[in-house]
Amino acid sequence: MSTERISRFNKAHFLEDYGMLLVLGVLFLVCAIVSPYFLKPENLLNITRQISVSGIISIGMTFVIITGGIDLSVGSVLAFSTLMIAGFKGMGAFPAFVIAMALSMAFGLVTGILVTKGKLQAFIATLGMMTAVVGIGLTYSHGHPIIGTPEGLSFLGQGKVLGIPVQTILFTLTAIIAGIVLNRTRLGRYIYAVGGNEEGSRLSGIRVDRVKTAAYVISSALSGFAGIIMANHLNVGEANLGSGMELDAIASVAVGGTSLSGGRGGVVGTVIGVIIIGILNNFLNLINVPGYTQKIVKGAIIIIAVLAQSLQANRKK
Amino acid sequence: MTDQTILQMKNIVKTFPGVKALDNVTFSCRPGEVHALLGENGAGKSTLMKILSAAYRPDSGEIIFKNELFKHSNPIAAQKAGIGIIYQEFNLVPHMSVVENIFLGREPLIGCKLIDYRTMRDEAQKLLSGLGLTIDVNQKVKNLSVAQQQMVEIAKALSMNAELIVMDEPTATLTDREIEFLFGTIRTLRSQGKTIIYISHRLEEIFEVCDRVTILKDGKTVGTENVPDLDKDRMIKMMVGRTLGEYYPDRSTARKGDKVLEVRNITRKGVLNDISFSAYAGEILGISGLVGAGRTELARAIFGADSIDGGAVLIDENEVKINEPLKAIRLNIGFATEDRKGQGLILGLSVRKNISLAILPQLIKYGLIQPKKEKEVADRYMKILKIAAPGIDYPVKGLSGGNQQKVVLAKWLAKDCRIIILDEPTRGIDVGAKAEIYNLMRKLADQGKVIIMISSELPEVIGVSDRVLVMHSGKITGAFNADEVTEEKIMKCATGEVA
Ligand SMILES: Nc1ncnc2c1ncn2[C@@H]1O[C@H](COP(=O)(O)OP(=O)(O)OP(=O)(O)O)[C@@H](O)[C@H]1O
Ligand SMILES: [Mg+2]
Repeated sequence: MSTERISRFNKAHFLEDYGMLLVLGVLFLVCAIVSPYFLKPENLLNITRQISVSGIISIGMTFVIITGGIDLSVGSVLAFSTLMIAGFKGMGAFPAFVIAMALSMAFGLVTGILVTKGKLQAFIATLGMMTAVVGIGLTYSHGHPIIGTPEGLSFLGQGKVLGIPVQTILFTLTAIIAGIVLNRTRLGRYIYAVGGNEEGSRLSGIRVDRVKTAAYVISSALSGFAGIIMANHLNVGEANLGSGMELDAIASVAVGGTSLSGGRGGVVGTVIGVIIIGILNNFLNLINVPGYTQKIVKGAIIIIAVLAQSLQANRKK
Repeated sequence: MTDQTILQMKNIVKTFPGVKALDNVTFSCRPGEVHALLGENGAGKSTLMKILSAAYRPDSGEIIFKNELFKHSNPIAAQKAGIGIIYQEFNLVPHMSVVENIFLGREPLIGCKLIDYRTMRDEAQKLLSGLGLTIDVNQKVKNLSVAQQQMVEIAKALSMNAELIVMDEPTATLTDREIEFLFGTIRTLRSQGKTIIYISHRLEEIFEVCDRVTILKDGKTVGTENVPDLDKDRMIKMMVGRTLGEYYPDRSTARKGDKVLEVRNITRKGVLNDISFSAYAGEILGISGLVGAGRTELARAIFGADSIDGGAVLIDENEVKINEPLKAIRLNIGFATEDRKGQGLILGLSVRKNISLAILPQLIKYGLIQPKKEKEVADRYMKILKIAAPGIDYPVKGLSGGNQQKVVLAKWLAKDCRIIILDEPTRGIDVGAKAEIYNLMRKLADQGKVIIMISSELPEVIGVSDRVLVMHSGKITGAFNADEVTEEKIMKCATGEVA
């Protein structure tokens, strides 16, 4: 092909890649102008802490959504993990941590098997898991919250290093590692391939079932990890603690530009999505918007963000 | 024929991110003619036709259809205005039946609400039998072979009763028998005064059915000529800017190597019937047959993509169990599928990531993909196969059909398998690139590899293969050496006349 037909910079591409960053920038500016308190370092650090738990879940959700699935059980697994940390605090920090993580991952494994071997649709399989896991948690705790977490873990939820909340650091680390896994490892590449074309992946020698199962296990593991942080932050475990969190996570992923039909997206987008939703929450509180109205605004912004992306994608034709 | 025109496309410009696909293209058709559109892979043929059908919007330029400025913003409006199109990449809904696909969005109604299924079925049956295809029209499209899907696409376009019909590489996966039916249909349409725009890389077809030809190169019009005024060499010269030398590579004189692959009595109910053959190191084994003969199914069975009901596969005289593609790949077998969109490619991923997909395990160090090594591989095959794309990080869905096909080949060439099964390897590939791919296949064979080539193009099978197997309804009905094979012999076996 002759080189003159090829031009490097392209506006459409630029908008597609950085459009949400632009939205974030504008939102940031508006917040800074409207509320003087917004830009205070305490507030900004506080936002980063507030978004950490839901951010970690959203990153796990990103893996599943790229494979073309969805995971509605993240909130339940998170809550179950808070129960385990609180319930096994007597055994000490490390065993309690391991138990909470292991059981969370076991739930992911079950979901993965239901989706791949049982051929259930992800929506239904994880809807079932979502309900069942809450039920298991309620049974375990007799419906009561369990107060207290193991000695030596509370820094995960409450600690600070050089003034930066440990939660923020954990979220950042999770995002970096997840980014490396998705972009630089075989599993990551296979996750995109499977989400893009299952049959094509299989014929390229990819074990599709294993890749999908791995995504659910990762999602559950991160939910469990987020649960450990949350339990230590609140100093309590409770079976219903995570209700509704799956929806926030899905919204963050979608706002971040990861397509729900699979094969596209990534961690950077999700982190941007999480920050957008986090700033919005913070800002609406700062300017004293009542709770009910907040929901309306949040819903509208999510729809507008995703709508803008789809219009953008269609306009290129 | 008078000089009046039914269609004029003037100064069409279309850019995609990173590419100027059409650069001031002008193109016109007369009523009642079959007008060929020729050009190398990526020349802009499909893009021009998608602009005509309003699937794409041009950056600038105008279209005049039946003396009126044609300004439609979507394909349905263009369809209503009398333009039907058979896209190069299929647009059928896999989970719907053949009938439903043919009439999608235009279902005949009883009264004002209910769909008239009876009329729809009768109509569909009639259209398909006119094309020489007998299938159950209630069957789901996903269960059809690529060639059958192509026929359904053609039937769909015909059912629209359009005045101008665009056919973008309709014959790329068809065998001569279906092509004859299609040409019959085209001639009938022409005699009814309909206009047809015909795209193909098989030049013989242009001489057979087309009246005039317009040639595109690098997004620009080279010229329009009357077909009888041209010969093949001039046509090629206009397309690629030079003449081509010898088309098919010389067969190697070396003696046949050891037996590498042996297939023993493979059976898959209703599809494959007791198939046995062997393939030797250093040979290109062609497999010919009509659409539906079971060639692709045979390849899939060997590769472990479909399960088999009986029989065995042996490599180097040892029986191997291949129950999934990964096993086949580990045994050094590669399989480039004919259905590039559905099975060959991950459309949303870049050229680089598609090429490296089957060799990722080799590119890993400390658990991470080595980007430099990956880039090297992709660059190498971009160059060898002359894949026209703005870069290795361009998504394959933005490549022209022929260039996508090259990516499929690149993926399996990169894998460096010992046994390579190529299903319609040159589907949609232009004449220049075809010759290079034949050369490459020969080079691999000379290195001692086994190449199994399934092809519907008889001249290709005969020109390239050292040995030809012919299949008919799930059985092997003929085997010929290169020096004895002829088109007639193949056709006799392919139609089941000789068993
Ligand atoms: N949807 C798209 N997005 C980006 N680029 C595209 C898109 N469609 C086509 N192109 C580019 O436009 C150019 C022309 O492509 P087109 O599909 O029209 O070629 P073609 O002549 O039909 O080739 P072929 O013989 O391989 O089918 C190519 O360089 C291709 O990469
Ligand atoms: Mg094309």
